[in-house]
Amino acid sequence: MVTPQTRQAFETAQPLTDNAVAVRGVSKNYGDVEALKNLTLEFPRGQLTSLLGPSGCGKTTLLKIIAGLLEPTAGEIEVNGKAITGPGPDRAFVFQDFALLPWASVMRNVAFGLELRGVAKSERESVAGKYIADVGLAGFENSFPHELSGGMRQRVGLARALSVDAQVLLMDEPFSAVDEQTRRKFQEDLLNLVQNENKTFIFVTHSIEEAVYVSDQIAILLPRPSRVSEIIRPSGFRDKGVDNIRRDPEYLDIVDEIWASLRNYVE
Amino acid sequence: MKVFGYRLPGMSSLLVWGLLWEIIGQSGMTFFIPPLSEVIATLFEVIGTPAFQKALYETAYAFGAGVFFAIVIGVPTGIFMGKSRLLDELLLPWVNMFLSAPLTALVPVLMVLFGFGMKSIIITTTLFAIWIIILNARAGVMQINRSLIDMARSFGASPWDAFFKIYVWAALPEILGGVRIGVIRAVKGVIIGQLLISIVGFGALFELYSSNFLMAHFWAVLIVLFALAFTISEFFAYLERRVAYYAAKR
Repeated sequence: MVTPQTRQAFETAQPLTDNAVAVRGVSKNYGDVEALKNLTLEFPRGQLTSLLGPSGCGKTTLLKIIAGLLEPTAGEIEVNGKAITGPGPDRAFVFQDFALLPWASVMRNVAFGLELRGVAKSERESVAGKYIADVGLAGFENSFPHELSGGMRQRVGLARALSVDAQVLLMDEPFSAVDEQTRRKFQEDLLNLVQNENKTFIFVTHSIEEAVYVSDQIAILLPRPSRVSEIIRPSGFRDKGVDNIRRDPEYLDIVDEIWASLRNYVE
Repeated sequence: MKVFGYRLPGMSSLLVWGLLWEIIGQSGMTFFIPPLSEVIATLFEVIGTPAFQKALYETAYAFGAGVFFAIVIGVPTGIFMGKSRLLDELLLPWVNMFLSAPLTALVPVLMVLFGFGMKSIIITTTLFAIWIIILNARAGVMQINRSLIDMARSFGASPWDAFFKIYVWAALPEILGGVRIGVIRAVKGVIIGQLLISIVGFGALFELYSSNFLMAHFWAVLIVLFALAFTISEFFAYLERRVAYYAAKR
């Protein structure tokens, strides 16, 4: 829990470095193929930034480089002003296919990040229990992943990422494997999460509507080799409530504008 | 299976074969096949004798030790082969070769290298069992979902944690399948070892009974051996079924 005093101290202490993550001149080659070329991008603290682009534009590659799971061929990633060399406790990852341990209960799955960090069992289970309840899975602590629906499994993945209390949450198309209605609910929940958790979210998606709906900042990536073509910051509709966003004129304009710039790249 | 609307319990077919055995035995067609009833009577007679118990102990010891080494060496080797391309390229040809090689032909070489005692028998047993265990563990690791490994890395798993908390568990259905087949092969290995290397254990009993034409004794020991192998293999099949629920969903 962050007390108001801590939050205030935090805000006054770091007013200048307002970027939680910075990508500086990152390139990634697979043999002769340039997946990313000299890509620079900044991710403001406490906000949700989407990486949006056609398939094959390297958005997941970029996310994995930020996570430290892939080595960039050139360039560097800074998290809180420090260059990273690999995965670290300041970042947590939410996987497209959930990446749950099929042989472990919901409780153990959610606590698994803490287990790997050597947190004692009783302590990690009390933290995990709180986040299981937060994501709406109270009562399913002893269920196994194969007993849950796709949406519930992703809630487990989200609770696991939240329970390690990383400042940066990396989400790789987290809602693409769940059905449309669940996905809408997730998007609303995500907006609340961004508002309440004071974390920085980096969100990969191929859905234009989803990106505009949830993002404070949208980075449009264009493929072969990948580069940032445009950064869009929707500002007008964020405070109008989750129910009104989809009919806000600015929302609709941005969706159209993005589609106009992407349509040439879609085969 | 159902016959005339009755559900037959598993392995009912054994009754048919047992009956056929009894009829052939009673008909006195060949000395080689005594009646099943006589074999079973001999079985209970033989089981109590010190000679049988000594043989059982010697065989179980060699078998247990051989299987133990096959698992303890084979499973990690297979997992590391599945993880490391380099190790895989180095070892895979040998594993495939030994898997299909007539290992019996190697036993005389083992005798020269390791002597005529228990050590050679245990090594023979291990050699029969280990290759399929390696191959299955390797196959199990190679099909692990890439994002489980990424997940472990992104949450800072040490290599030790990744090995014991991800690789072993994710490959467990295949590992158990390999161990089950390996155990069956180990039964062959231990008997061949006992026949060729030094005449001890069940191998010695087979040798003794068959050279003295004690066919009822011979079959009795064979039935005991089969029952033991079957029980152990069924035990691993049971473990395999316990983890089958996630085998399809990794």
